[in-house]
Amino acid sequence: MLAVTKETFESEVLKSDKPVLADFNAGWCGPCKAMKPVLEELAAATPGVKFVSIDIDDQDELSDDYDVASIPCLVLFKGGEEVKRHVGLTSRDDIVALISE
Amino acid sequence: MHDIIVVGGGPAGMTAAIYARRASRSVLVLEAVACGGQILNTPDIENYPIEAHVSGYDFTTRVEAQARGLGAEFAFEKAVGLRRGGDAWVVETNKGGHRAKAVILATGAANRKLGLPDEDRLVGRGVSYCATCDGNFYRNKTVAVVGGGNTALEDALYLADLAEKVYLIHRRDGFRGEETNVARLRERPNVEFVLNATVSRLVAEKRLTAVEVTDVRDGSVRTIELRGLFVAVGRIPENQNFSSVIALDAAGYAIAGEDCHTAAPGVFVAGDNRVKPLRQLVTATADGAMAATEAVKFINEL
Repeated sequence: MLAVTKETFESEVLKSDKPVLADFNAGWCGPCKAMKPVLEELAAATPGVKFVSIDIDDQDELSDDYDVASIPCLVLFKGGEEVKRHVGLTSRDDIVALISE
Repeated sequence: MHDIIVVGGGPAGMTAAIYARRASRSVLVLEAVACGGQILNTPDIENYPIEAHVSGYDFTTRVEAQARGLGAEFAFEKAVGLRRGGDAWVVETNKGGHRAKAVILATGAANRKLGLPDEDRLVGRGVSYCATCDGNFYRNKTVAVVGGGNTALEDALYLADLAEKVYLIHRRDGFRGEETNVARLRERPNVEFVLNATVSRLVAEKRLTAVEVTDVRDGSVRTIELRGLFVAVGRIPENQNFSSVIALDAAGYAIAGEDCHTAAPGVFVAGDNRVKPLRQLVTATADGAMAATEAVKFINEL
């Protein structure tokens, strides 16, 4: 999954021609790490959606901008706008439902 | 048909799978979300014998690998019911059903919610159930902790080091948690006790901005402006979907002794959803071992 920073957020997420699933996470967050293999598998299997990873410890401005106050937090962007989010440990089925929006 | 179905892929369930496989019984673990359960939220386990420091995530991945290496099968499905079907137990899930000779319910417990309007929507937008997970987002902000047990007191102490101000809201005058924790909180200049009060409303637009608390003695209402509300009002055992088969106590815990037997022959219960005096990683894994051993014994006697 592509790691996105404050500098690349606009080009990779807001101006993406595909929907983007942003995974706000941190290295110390167990549930985030538990979801990672599922996200990587879905990223490979879902070419129509771009999956990106945002480390909230390095990118606190992005977390502030998007009111992320609990992780894991998955945010789906379309055309530069947030359309849906899911907070907390999320099952594979629920992630599939989220990106099928 | 499997010999044993384990419902729940936390420490109790995965240990049960290990013991069942070592007794050469086929075993299917049904996990609703991801293996690990509550321990995934623990960054540093310091009280499990063999290693002074291991993260909940590392613990989980290693135990899962151990169970899979022994031949345990896993399916990511949510168990929604349990019934007899012919000479077997049938675990109904969101994707169908699975049959087994014996079932071990290791479903654990979930955070108890306040039950207020908008609470679910505000999780991650001001409402949290885990101070050590989310505390960092509230550095130099005003927060409140709700609850009167040790979790609430420890959360308040943890947050007092990070946040500008911590309100501790509790519906009674006294605390269930340890007096030493209460005394330590009283020494903190940035902690304010709001006693005999309950949170009656979450005030929010996009995110939480304040809470209304109601005094339980005179009904007066006070608004506290804050950024985060940490809810520590206990846990709810995840036994609701099986209450037609197993007996529960008033708090919802499965009634079973140390042998993990329920009143239903062939149905066992292991881990935090069982009645017990101490809910820890080590007691969860101990239950898993016991429940699997008893389940194997039950199958051998069929």
